[in-house]
Amino acid sequence: MEYSIIILALPFFMFILLALAGMKMSHKTAGLLGTAGLLIVTILSYMVTYQYFTMPRVEGYRLALQPWNFEWLQFTDKLRIDLGIMLDPISVMMLVVISTVSLMVHIYSLGYMHGEKGFQRYYAFLSLFTFSMLGLVVATNIFQMYIFWELVGVSSYLLIGFYYTKPAAVSASKKAFIVTRFADLGFLLGILLLSYYTETFSFKDLISGGQCMSLISSGATFMGASVTTWALALIFMGGAGKSAMFPLHIWLPDAMEGPTPVSSLIHAATMVVAGVFLVARLFPIYMFDMAVMELITWVGAITALYAAIVACVQSDIKRVLAFSTISQIAFMMVALGVCTSTDPHNGGLGYMASMFHLFTHAMFKALLFLGAGAVIHAVHSNEMSQMGGLRKYLPITHITFLIACLAIAGIPPFSGFFSKDEILTAAFAKSTFWGVWMTGVAALTAFYMFRLYYGIFWGKEAKHEHAPKESPAVMTIPLIILAAITCVAGFIPFGEFVSSNSTAYHIHLDPTVATTSVVVAVIAIALATWLFAKPGTKPERMQSALPSLHKWAYNRFYIDNIYQFVTHKIIFGCISKPIAWFDRHIIDGTMNLLATVTNAVSYSIRGLQSGNLQTYVWVFIMGAMAIATLILILI
Amino acid sequence: MSILSLFVLIPVLMLGGLFLSRNISQVRTVATIGSALQLILAIVLSVLFCMERNAGNTAEMLFMADHLWFAPLNIHYAVGVDGVSVLMILLSAIIVFAGVFASWKMDPLPKEFFIWLILLSTGVFGFFISIDLFTMFLFYEVALIPMYLLIGIWGSGHKFYSAMKLTLMLMGGSALLMLGILGIYFNSSADGELTMNILKIAENNAIPIEMQYLLFPLTFVGFGVLGAMFPFHTWSPDGHASAPTAVSMLHAGVLMKLGGYGCFRVAMYLMPQATVELSWIFLILTGISVVYGAFSACVQTDLKYINAYSSVSHCGLVLFALLMWNTTAMTGAVMQMLSHGLMTALFFALIGMIYGRTHTRDIREMGGLMKIMPFLAACYVIAGLASLGLPGLSGFVAEMTIFVGAFQWTDVFDRVFTIIACTSIVITAVYILRVVGKILYGPVQDKHHETLTDAVWYERLSTITLIVAIAGIGLLPFWVSDLIRDSMSVISDRILQFLPL
Repeated sequence: MEYSIIILALPFFMFILLALAGMKMSHKTAGLLGTAGLLIVTILSYMVTYQYFTMPRVEGYRLALQPWNFEWLQFTDKLRIDLGIMLDPISVMMLVVISTVSLMVHIYSLGYMHGEKGFQRYYAFLSLFTFSMLGLVVATNIFQMYIFWELVGVSSYLLIGFYYTKPAAVSASKKAFIVTRFADLGFLLGILLLSYYTETFSFKDLISGGQCMSLISSGATFMGASVTTWALALIFMGGAGKSAMFPLHIWLPDAMEGPTPVSSLIHAATMVVAGVFLVARLFPIYMFDMAVMELITWVGAITALYAAIVACVQSDIKRVLAFSTISQIAFMMVALGVCTSTDPHNGGLGYMASMFHLFTHAMFKALLFLGAGAVIHAVHSNEMSQMGGLRKYLPITHITFLIACLAIAGIPPFSGFFSKDEILTAAFAKSTFWGVWMTGVAALTAFYMFRLYYGIFWGKEAKHEHAPKESPAVMTIPLIILAAITCVAGFIPFGEFVSSNSTAYHIHLDPTVATTSVVVAVIAIALATWLFAKPGTKPERMQSALPSLHKWAYNRFYIDNIYQFVTHKIIFGCISKPIAWFDRHIIDGTMNLLATVTNAVSYSIRGLQSGNLQTYVWVFIMGAMAIATLILILI
Repeated sequence: MSILSLFVLIPVLMLGGLFLSRNISQVRTVATIGSALQLILAIVLSVLFCMERNAGNTAEMLFMADHLWFAPLNIHYAVGVDGVSVLMILLSAIIVFAGVFASWKMDPLPKEFFIWLILLSTGVFGFFISIDLFTMFLFYEVALIPMYLLIGIWGSGHKFYSAMKLTLMLMGGSALLMLGILGIYFNSSADGELTMNILKIAENNAIPIEMQYLLFPLTFVGFGVLGAMFPFHTWSPDGHASAPTAVSMLHAGVLMKLGGYGCFRVAMYLMPQATVELSWIFLILTGISVVYGAFSACVQTDLKYINAYSSVSHCGLVLFALLMWNTTAMTGAVMQMLSHGLMTALFFALIGMIYGRTHTRDIREMGGLMKIMPFLAACYVIAGLASLGLPGLSGFVAEMTIFVGAFQWTDVFDRVFTIIACTSIVITAVYILRVVGKILYGPVQDKHHETLTDAVWYERLSTITLIVAIAGIGLLPFWVSDLIRDSMSVISDRILQFLPL
């Protein structure tokens, strides 16, 4: 499958082309060129997928292929960065996800971004992002992953700040970059630590070479925890930053300042799941360290609950979706965290569930964002108060949005039901505690999604200057395609393709878990219908019943303010400013003092060199007499 | 005549040409032809060097030439290059070339300006090709002195103060260096035949350990001052802020590299034992430099100050990596020199171009420049991304090589300082994005700025040259890295043999 290199090369070439020559092209040429490039990438990805999954299994396992590997940078005798392509079940699955969603977003943007200034730049950045994301998932080694990890971060930065004249967008892009950079510091240190002891970056050696096993048995420790624990926890920190896990989630809601299709592609479907992908990629190593798995579960569970609560009270539709994304990604994290072995039939179900949910979530969340984009396009606002009753005006958007809402709420037969059900099964398999916790979050999910749905399409109609219009076909067709995928994706025998040790796993529903989750979801939807379907004062009444909770949740439990305080007051005020002052006044002051002292001394003794002959003679005679006297006395 | 001598000869001929030229266009022609010729020559040299190496010539230095010019002290004009010097020469040639175009509209006294600038570059090239300590020192001084006039005459702001401060502090460093070099000379041989030749001194390996303890700090600090080592870095913010564009470019881009280069070529290579024993002291200082410079840069408001402090941080990383003295870290150090040289030159060029239009360098008075001058703004973003270590640009490969190299030491002291140095990647992101967000994005701050124009051809040429080099190293780091590794392993092996077990 050597041709798989084109999947990477083409978007990169498109980026270079559009970045250098884009300004000379018309909007239409640039957009179509980018989209055409991506269409080819998508077709090739599907071909790779077909070929890969039709290859016969070897002793029941799917092999990882490396059609390309290229030595890029040598560090030490053993450590070097390679750039290459690795095809295994999860990377191939990600190829499908990324290329599909990216293609939809490319097409959709032709309509959504129509007439925007910087249209060519937008497509150039989209290509850059697609290239980086594809490079990330096919990475053959952890350092290649880090390289593309940084590149997706930068593309995200550039796209969030696309409307660069808007101060909110600029600060959001900055925040996103710096918060994830901070997390990446952990990732980098983790890589350094892991690679120092294992002497390799390559996933293949790390996972199957038994390098890590020897590391564990060697028992190197640092501050009470083993080196593996440290390394894996630090790497997870990188993943948590990218995947917006609590408490590193603060950048994602702000990232909604970017154009909506960008949010759909980067901040819902692909880049933000990179953290989950990272953990899944290193899953066999994580399995050796239950302490870190425990950490992953807790971080995921807390994030899921936190984000779901916050999502219930936000008024900006994109923010609701952003918190919903955080919560759903946390579901995937939890699913990975609750695994107890690499056998899917015995404790390893969570891995498959997580990847399955990643797949289905990417489709329906991209759909939700694109739908939200169509709504925003129609009413020119993000605020729910400006919407309501739109189902008459936007019929296609309405139906597709409803399908996505049902999917995320976990109603059969939509895709979200199947994947979420597997996650809940996995959680229950670990312990009832996690099962109940995640079921509760699932109920909240159904509730806030239908609050959003009713808020947009039902309820009181807001006043509009012009009647909202349904979007053009370039925008609705991607919605329809994604909705169709959402309807059928649940029936994909996902376990046949992806599972924790790549053996075949036949998905079967656990009747108790499935019934419970559906019943709970239906109750939550019913509650949302009762509260929000008809215009009324019920929501306000509920708000005033719990004023402080509402206020805290609305302000996202003040996490952002804490960060604000730490960065501005402590880092800028108590570290940077004093250092700058110290440098100017103490260090430089010392240098200036030296100069001043030299000057002063010179001034004070320069009288001696006056050039006045009388003075010289006088001093000479006095000196001679003094010496003569001295000699006489001494003799 | 060795090809290397051409690097000194061309600038000298250029000086002659400049003396004879009558008007600005002649000055420009001479400067353009000369610097282009030098760039071509530098590329030819690197190709020749690689060919020699591939042909199996494993001598430590290639293209050697040697002429005695002062017998009583056994001073030779001795030249030779290894992989590192070749790359340094290439770096200097690129920056001089870009610098000529960045000062295309130099006013007043363009002829005199170019004369001093080219004299400065003569010193730089001479320094990198020399393997005789005295000749090296001579060229070093030739490179430093023109700085005083260039800042004092063509500078801005507190130019007299800055010029004086810069020159005096660097002269202070030179004084230490002079002592160090004399010390090395008088201990260079056990059998009495004293020499200034670096290779011979290394071969003799005769400097007694007590003397090394004395001479290592002298030479390391002497060169370290020019490498902006904490706490001897304060000439850098003031000096850069006052210097004209091309001078800032050359100074930060090349001259500061002389410091790092001298540190490993003279101090560490000739006194390996003292390096092993004493490097922890300097490791602390440079470790501080890295974060200290970055934090200081976070609160500056003058573009040039931000960049100068950023240089303190990045050059601190160079010395930090050198002091980790394993092959990987030292290779990283040289890559960081190249990377920092190119991107700081780019930064200063852009700052100069922006300043030439807005007449301010205060970030609070600018905003929304992306809309007004998209080309310059896009270049500034690229420079910024290179500085904060984006993969695909040069900063990333250099930093990663350094961190991986430094991580090969397992003791707590080295680990802690490595982690401290690593944190600089976050702080760098903070100050770079702060500036980019303030001056390029957002609404236009000053109504008068709206009528400003974007870059013209010579400015584009200057910036594109630098960007191509930055991306070249970033995308294809292996050839640079292999070239450096071969040369640095000689030095690091020499040091490592004194490592206590």
